[in-house]
Amino acid sequence: MEIFDILLTASFWAAAVRIASPLIFATLGELICERAGVLNLGIEGIMVIGAFSGWMAVYLGAPLWAGVGVAMLAGMLFGLLHATLTVPFGLSQHVVGLGVTLLASAVAYFAYRLSLPEVTSPPKIVPFQPVEIPGLSQIPLIGPAFFNQTPLTYLAFVLIAVVSIVLYRTPLGLALRAAGENPASVEAQGLSVTAIRMGAVIVGSGLMAVGGAFLTMSAFSSFFFEMVNGRGWICIALVVFGAWRPGKAALGALLFAAFDALQVRLQQTPLGALVPYQVFLMVPYILSILALVLMSRRAEVPAALMVPFNKGER
Amino acid sequence: MAQAEAAEVVLRLDGITKRFGPLVANNAIGFELRKGEVIALLGENGAGKTTLMNILFGHYTADEGTVEVFGQTLPPGHPRAALAAGVGMVHQHFTLADNMTVLENILLGTRPLLSPRLDARAARVKVARLSEDFGLSVHPDARVGTLSVGERQRVEILKALYRDARILILDEPTAVLTPQESSALFGTLRKAVAQGLSVIFISHKLGEVMEISSRVLVLRHGKLVGEVATADTDRQKLAEMMVGAEIAAPRLAEREPGPPLLTLSNVDTPRRGNAPGLSAVNLTLRAGQITGLAGVSGNGQAALAALIGGLERPVQGGMELHGDVPTDWSPRAALAAGIARIPEDRHKTGTVSDFTLTENAVLESYAEAPYSRTGWMDWRAAEDFARKIIETYDVRCPGPSARIRLLSGGNMQKLILGRVLEANPKIILANQPVRGLDIGAVTFVQNRLIAARDDGAAVLLISEDLDEVMALSDVIHVIYEGHLSPAFKRGTMSPAELGQWMAGHGFGGGAHAA
Amino acid sequence: MRLEPIPNPSALRSIGLPAGALVLTVIVASALALLAGANPFATLGLILKGAAGSKFALLETLNRATPLIFTGLAIAVAFRAKLWNIGAEAQLYAGAIVTALLGTGILPLPSALLIPVIALAAMLAGALILLGPVLLKTRLGVDEVVTTLLFNFIMLLFVSYLLEGPMKDPMGMGWPKSPALEKAARLPRIVDGLRLHWGFALALLSAVAVWVIQTRTTLGYEIRAVGLNAEAARFAGIPVGRVMVKTALLSGGLAALAGFSEVAGLKGNLTLDLSPGFGYTGIIVAMLALLNPLGVVVSAIFVAGVFVGADSMSRAAGVPTYIADILMATALLTMVLALKLTRTRIRWR
Repeated sequence: MEIFDILLTASFWAAAVRIASPLIFATLGELICERAGVLNLGIEGIMVIGAFSGWMAVYLGAPLWAGVGVAMLAGMLFGLLHATLTVPFGLSQHVVGLGVTLLASAVAYFAYRLSLPEVTSPPKIVPFQPVEIPGLSQIPLIGPAFFNQTPLTYLAFVLIAVVSIVLYRTPLGLALRAAGENPASVEAQGLSVTAIRMGAVIVGSGLMAVGGAFLTMSAFSSFFFEMVNGRGWICIALVVFGAWRPGKAALGALLFAAFDALQVRLQQTPLGALVPYQVFLMVPYILSILALVLMSRRAEVPAALMVPFNKGER
Repeated sequence: MAQAEAAEVVLRLDGITKRFGPLVANNAIGFELRKGEVIALLGENGAGKTTLMNILFGHYTADEGTVEVFGQTLPPGHPRAALAAGVGMVHQHFTLADNMTVLENILLGTRPLLSPRLDARAARVKVARLSEDFGLSVHPDARVGTLSVGERQRVEILKALYRDARILILDEPTAVLTPQESSALFGTLRKAVAQGLSVIFISHKLGEVMEISSRVLVLRHGKLVGEVATADTDRQKLAEMMVGAEIAAPRLAEREPGPPLLTLSNVDTPRRGNAPGLSAVNLTLRAGQITGLAGVSGNGQAALAALIGGLERPVQGGMELHGDVPTDWSPRAALAAGIARIPEDRHKTGTVSDFTLTENAVLESYAEAPYSRTGWMDWRAAEDFARKIIETYDVRCPGPSARIRLLSGGNMQKLILGRVLEANPKIILANQPVRGLDIGAVTFVQNRLIAARDDGAAVLLISEDLDEVMALSDVIHVIYEGHLSPAFKRGTMSPAELGQWMAGHGFGGGAHAA
Repeated sequence: MRLEPIPNPSALRSIGLPAGALVLTVIVASALALLAGANPFATLGLILKGAAGSKFALLETLNRATPLIFTGLAIAVAFRAKLWNIGAEAQLYAGAIVTALLGTGILPLPSALLIPVIALAAMLAGALILLGPVLLKTRLGVDEVVTTLLFNFIMLLFVSYLLEGPMKDPMGMGWPKSPALEKAARLPRIVDGLRLHWGFALALLSAVAVWVIQTRTTLGYEIRAVGLNAEAARFAGIPVGRVMVKTALLSGGLAALAGFSEVAGLKGNLTLDLSPGFGYTGIIVAMLALLNPLGVVVSAIFVAGVFVGADSMSRAAGVPTYIADILMATALLTMVLALKLTRTRIRWR
């Protein structure tokens, strides 16, 4: 059976890890926002602005890591906008999130057209290159899949641990989780709910933007319209799938990416000749919906998610 | 506590004034709290007690006046400063995160946010010592979501003690406790006072105030109207100070009960989240009789109200309405069967705050003639109905087209009362009908319920206030963990005996094991 | 800071703040024009001229407004019930597919009968598309925002498959498009010679119908009650789930009419670029109209004007057309903020 052959190739797993990386960044970013009580539907647009700004910075001569920094800053800027409107002003997180997505992607496209008015095919940059990790990369199957990736992928996996530790082992994480569960508990202990939630949305948006930047700076080497293509929405589903836990959400991202990598490969097989390619392309979206349905029953939603907090009200 | 006079002043409030729009919630209030004393802040709902304490703690900022703790003026609007100065507050609605453990809740905010570690080990030792010293047993690694109300309150007190609070403020702490749990709380407070802490105890229950405090401050309509040593006063005097007039207790004339209108036999309903369902409940509501349901909140009152209100179906057991078994059960079926429902939460379930009085008046009957014909609304008929309620039930409001969110709690409740009583119900489900109302509205609502009973309606009165249940009921059941006690006739049980039942004593083995 | 509700906001507040939001949007537009090296006044002038400067421009704006009225209504209806239908794009394409299928000579009916039949079938298709996410919401508690969003992507891939497979126009010279509609299935023009079809009139009629439903009917009352306080509605005996489903059918049907009117009125066949995001722009249209169905007409024409104007301005002044998207997003965000501030005041302590 072809599927088994595919599952046993290192290149398949390497692709899955690669596809998972941007999703991990953005999923962790969304998870941080939601754990603090804010649904960030700006994610799709923030990924676009991250993809654009990081790539543009490098195209204009900045080093790659500086490009990542620029993307993160751009994301944080839109995060600040989202946070200001939804946290102290308590506006609908649905409406603001969609507005931020529209704004961020429009700004990216506007800036792109402004800086490169006449080009038909976007210029390429030299993206991050894979770095072999000595020793580990020699392990059969796992080695080439996990330990011969670009630095951004390694960063994504390190971040899973970092976010877990911060959430569960530090005073900041405690405050963040409490803000998403019962903000009054945070205020009663002398902390500012507004500051914690805004901080979470800003940092989370920064991570989403890095997820976007991965697309232009590690996966592909140029910026296209529609390149984020719903990945942000998929990440929101992944947060639910992961029951708002960083480890599970990242595992979900990896599983999801494996299916995505599989469908690409299945298109090359005789099955691909029988089934229209659009069906394969639908797989990620259908999987996301299935994930939501599966987890809907037992998900532990942060109790104060989407509930604005007004100081002194309880 | 005779030496309290000489003790050091730990807290001084001076000229505190707070306005919310036209309403003066606190009017030039000032008092002192001394080391090692318990003062009670007594007042009706809406007298301004909670507002005052929220100002003291820094949740609100006063328009005028200052708060001094240990001689230092607190910066207004900073809970953190109040905490640092040694003020600890146990809020009426607990401020705990359900998804975290007891220890995590206690640790929250105690270390700088950006410090890399929680230092949970040292904290665990300190919490264990405090639990021991103050008689506050609770498991540090239990998730708060799984704790009982009494345990949660202990966590709240531990939170304050962990931060080395010297002044404890407790806002209506006994509202959710059994009489037995309340005395345990008083034990803890006495221990705290013995160790030199000072306590402000906010309540509207006179008995407790007499029991625990050394001084009583009485608030009325935002003003401090009296300050007396507890030893020099009695319940009657305090009640008059609190209300500003003598209170007439509701009077229940003797009446022979009529036939059963609603019977539950051996009914179970499912558990919903933290709220227990009913188990093997037998209940008969008779015409011309008020059946009181006593119990600590969260013991299945919600499940019983949901069942009778049509929002929940029994998973086992039978229900008979007017002698028939209902075939379908829903809010609409309950309404059609002549059940009037006064919900526990007027704001969240009783009304749609952005709807007008008219729109709220027909919330339960909008689909019937004359308000709706073949899918079209007749707003004129609806408005006539709203006007009728406004007149008959003395709803103070700008008019039927005003949004209901502008009304006071009492007027909102009167509209709900009118909405359900105008249908001449056979059965009335009154869930916490007077909670949060001022005394005038309380009397109005209670008299209406008594009048309905006298006219032959079967009333089920659910309340967490044992005094209210005892004053108004012909028969009383106690609910505990979803189990129902036998019916006790009026006057056959003392508050202490009912308190035993509320704590679970007397229920069969299965119930008590929980 | 803390927000305090204002029970009765002054007229100055209720008019001034939203006006301020529009002013802010214009300022953003000017800044963007400057950034692009163009004169802000000239740019704004060109947008205005492109949107309403001539009979042709005005008709173009109304043509563009037509699908936006439909999607704006679809979203206004859904959002009223707090049903977050972000999938108007998918519902639009569902309507378009049905129109392209039934309009190519399968049904031997006269035009006066054929067009209503197609319209109803299109509405049904759009309604069914939304039914899935709504049942997932009411039955299983699955958040409808993400499911409706994801349906948009699935639907576009489905359209792409249809246009390359079963619905491919054999005369299309390889282009992915469906065969042209027969004459009887086309919506005629309102006035001969003017490029404005009856879809626009249908849109106006729909707006009035939705307004009547919301204010005069029992269903409208139920929808508003469910949207404002679902818990109180359920307690009072309003069948919340059923109301949600009815709302979804109405909303999906309205969005599908956008697809119907574009195919049958304007384009004459189905293509992959039939909608440049009308489903998403409908959110802006509905929000700017405060979810008022009659307001949707005005805001749809305004939004369409900005897009049409920006297109023609871009050709003349070289400022990228995406300026229109930025403006609309800015208008949306500043408008929701302004509306909040008319009802609340900020207290800094």
